[in-house]
Amino acid sequence: MQTPLTRLLSAAGALALALPAFAQETPPEVKRGGTIFSHIIAEQGVLNPALRASTGVYQITGKMIEPLIDKTYDGYVGVLATEWSSSADGKAITFKLRDGVRWHDGEPFSCDDVAYSAMNLWKPLLNYSSTLQANLESVDCPDPLTAVFNYSHPMPLALMVAAMPDLGHPVPKHLYEGTDILKNPHNQAPIGTGPFKFQEYERGQYIIAVRNDDYWRGKEYPYLDRVIWRIIPDKAAAAAALEAGELHESPFNGLSMADLERLGNDPRFDMGTKGFENNVAHETVEFNLRNPILADVRVRQAIYHGLDTDFAIKTIMRGYAKPGRGPIPSAGGENYTDDVPTYPYDPAKARAMLDEAGYPADANGVRFKLRHRPAPWGEYTTLWSQYYAQAMKEIGIEVELLTNDTPGFLNGVYRDHDFDTANGWHQFRSDPAVSTTVWLRSGAPAGTAWSNQFGYESAEMDSLIDAAAEELDPAKRADLYHQIQRLEMTDLPVIFAIEHPFIGITSKKLINHHNTPRWDSSSWYDLWIDE
Amino acid sequence: MPSILVYLLRRILQAVPVILLIMVGSFLLIQLAPGDAVDALVGDMGGADAAFVERMRQEYGLDQSVLVQLWRYLVKLAQFDFGWSYVYEQPVATVLMSRLWVTMLLMVGALSAAFVIGVALGTLAARRAYSLTDNVISTLGLIFYAMPSFLLALLMILVFSVKLGWLPVSGIKDIGAFHTGWRLWVDIARHLVMPVAALSLIYMAFYMRLMRTSVLEVMDLDFVRTAKAKGAGGRRLMFHHVMRNALMPVITLLGLQISTVLGGSVVIETIFALPGVGQLAYTSVIKRDLNTLMGIIFLASIIVLVVNIVTDMIYAWLDPRIELQ
Repeated sequence: MQTPLTRLLSAAGALALALPAFAQETPPEVKRGGTIFSHIIAEQGVLNPALRASTGVYQITGKMIEPLIDKTYDGYVGVLATEWSSSADGKAITFKLRDGVRWHDGEPFSCDDVAYSAMNLWKPLLNYSSTLQANLESVDCPDPLTAVFNYSHPMPLALMVAAMPDLGHPVPKHLYEGTDILKNPHNQAPIGTGPFKFQEYERGQYIIAVRNDDYWRGKEYPYLDRVIWRIIPDKAAAAAALEAGELHESPFNGLSMADLERLGNDPRFDMGTKGFENNVAHETVEFNLRNPILADVRVRQAIYHGLDTDFAIKTIMRGYAKPGRGPIPSAGGENYTDDVPTYPYDPAKARAMLDEAGYPADANGVRFKLRHRPAPWGEYTTLWSQYYAQAMKEIGIEVELLTNDTPGFLNGVYRDHDFDTANGWHQFRSDPAVSTTVWLRSGAPAGTAWSNQFGYESAEMDSLIDAAAEELDPAKRADLYHQIQRLEMTDLPVIFAIEHPFIGITSKKLINHHNTPRWDSSSWYDLWIDE
Repeated sequence: MPSILVYLLRRILQAVPVILLIMVGSFLLIQLAPGDAVDALVGDMGGADAAFVERMRQEYGLDQSVLVQLWRYLVKLAQFDFGWSYVYEQPVATVLMSRLWVTMLLMVGALSAAFVIGVALGTLAARRAYSLTDNVISTLGLIFYAMPSFLLALLMILVFSVKLGWLPVSGIKDIGAFHTGWRLWVDIARHLVMPVAALSLIYMAFYMRLMRTSVLEVMDLDFVRTAKAKGAGGRRLMFHHVMRNALMPVITLLGLQISTVLGGSVVIETIFALPGVGQLAYTSVIKRDLNTLMGIIFLASIIVLVVNIVTDMIYAWLDPRIELQ
């Protein structure tokens, strides 16, 4: 039996339990208006993601030009497309397009724009996409809101969908048709369908985008009035700008790790990898198999045993990384497996393997020398190359570092093959067929960046890659990629040593920030500022 | 024709082969660097296939031999066409003009401040040689001389922007404020305070040290003693007799240092994110933006030659014994 007192206590208890839940479930009231200042390190010559598949471009154009499909934490969601399906033979992929969408100049968006973009930009002009869409024969428009992509060979729907967030941005046909596409002025002043409209690009200083009052998601979106990207090449100056309140965020390791850690402890900022899960890269050690020493797989395996990746993760990436398990990162979803051969840090074993391979140490403790080219991609690659040289010394390999800038690196490694080992990034782009297998497939002409710089030739690997590129059954496709991972981890033409997402730092005044796995490339339609 | 115009005409004609030599030499030297603009572009994009790379090389004319590229460039340059920037996707002339004013403000501001303050402090130190004032000025000069400008720049940002919040960290103006008229110029001046100071302090130290030594030397010369004996003293002696002669080596150094200051502006513009020619030069080298780089070299050569001519004319004005021939 309940007394008034117990009833009162029960009610109070229930209220106490309910209050935190109420507090959690009630979203804060959205504040409209305001300007976000975001950091970019480098200029972008072209602001057209249908011509340049580059994270630096998406970071800006993502607010103005939308893709057919985007990736969220709940999976792939339609943006300009609402549905997608494949024919039984995989040679026709159909997209249903969103109704009521207008370009920033007021013209309606339709299948004509998608067909024109696919045939005139995505297939012939867009990096990565020209390989992806190599078998695209035509795009039909049975009605203004249906686009049918016709392929000469089967195109896995999963591959197409995974590629669309990066490689599926339509441009307005009425502004591009009949012009020199590469010199079209809208490549610098984009017209899209996104929540923000391009306003101004002051070279070397800033880019401004303003609210699109006619955005298809509804009049309430976007919440912000403006987004401004400030170009600050010096990382220390960018850190000071963030600290002084002149920037709200700096993504993609735009600050040094020391500053990221320091400001990450400042209660005004959120720092971490959330929102960058789709932008995963590997730190690599790349072998030139034309060198007879490195052509011996035992030497490559010994080198892997000589690398303490945990130490590097802790000291270089400050813990924001994990050991790699082959060419596909854990962000690769079902195509990833960790059931692969591994080479744990064991310098004694490395030395023994090198002895066994016929490379004993001389009186100075040196077995052989390697000329190493580090990619100049930033702090991680530089420090990783220095660590690599030190680690190799421990097992009797003398490494000479040949520092160079980007064109020097690309020429030395990919065209002239003037290296013994190299290190750089392998940036994973949603699906192995888009960004990864090109590293391992034989047959690419010399000089093609990011394509088998190792001189690796394996009939088994080539056949697995080709089969996976056309396999329509997702489970079988995943199994093929697992086999590719295992074969790569056995043959080791390259060590995908460390897998790391990028790191960003953001003012806590920004609400709804980094709420998708490719947030800095997304549209920010729901972002607002609490000040 | 007045002799000064004849002199100017002759100097300009002499400059033409010099500029041509600089441009040809620079063009060939740049070719020695590995890689080209398409490599840099592909690096930025994170990858591209062979067909894309080939098409871009054709588009930029990089598939031609070096001599063909050089000839085409010189023909265009003769018509004052600086070509197309691969990085900025704009005519190089447009890119240069949008940047030049920032660098000119920075350089003129830094050199003017360094010259005026350096000369004044050097003269003061010489007049009070071996006193406490001299020691303080000389010590400060030594510190500024020894301190790298990038370190000074970062310290200034830390103190005046992050800690005190007095001055903006970077950029040439408040973005999004859309100032116009005099408010815009005040805003630009605020943004230039730290870059000008960071760039000028080392040169100020140079001029101060040189002026101090020069004034001390001149003050010991016979004509100064004679002037003193004739009753000249105080300001007249210092400004009319001593400083006018003591300035000669400082002016020489100033003329010679124009190219060094232009080089120094690369670092300062990068740190303060100033959209000037220095930062542009750095980006152009990294991105192998050949046309832009050549445009910058052309512009820098012209500036250095003009400054040299002006310096020679100032010599003649300061010292009547020197004739413009």
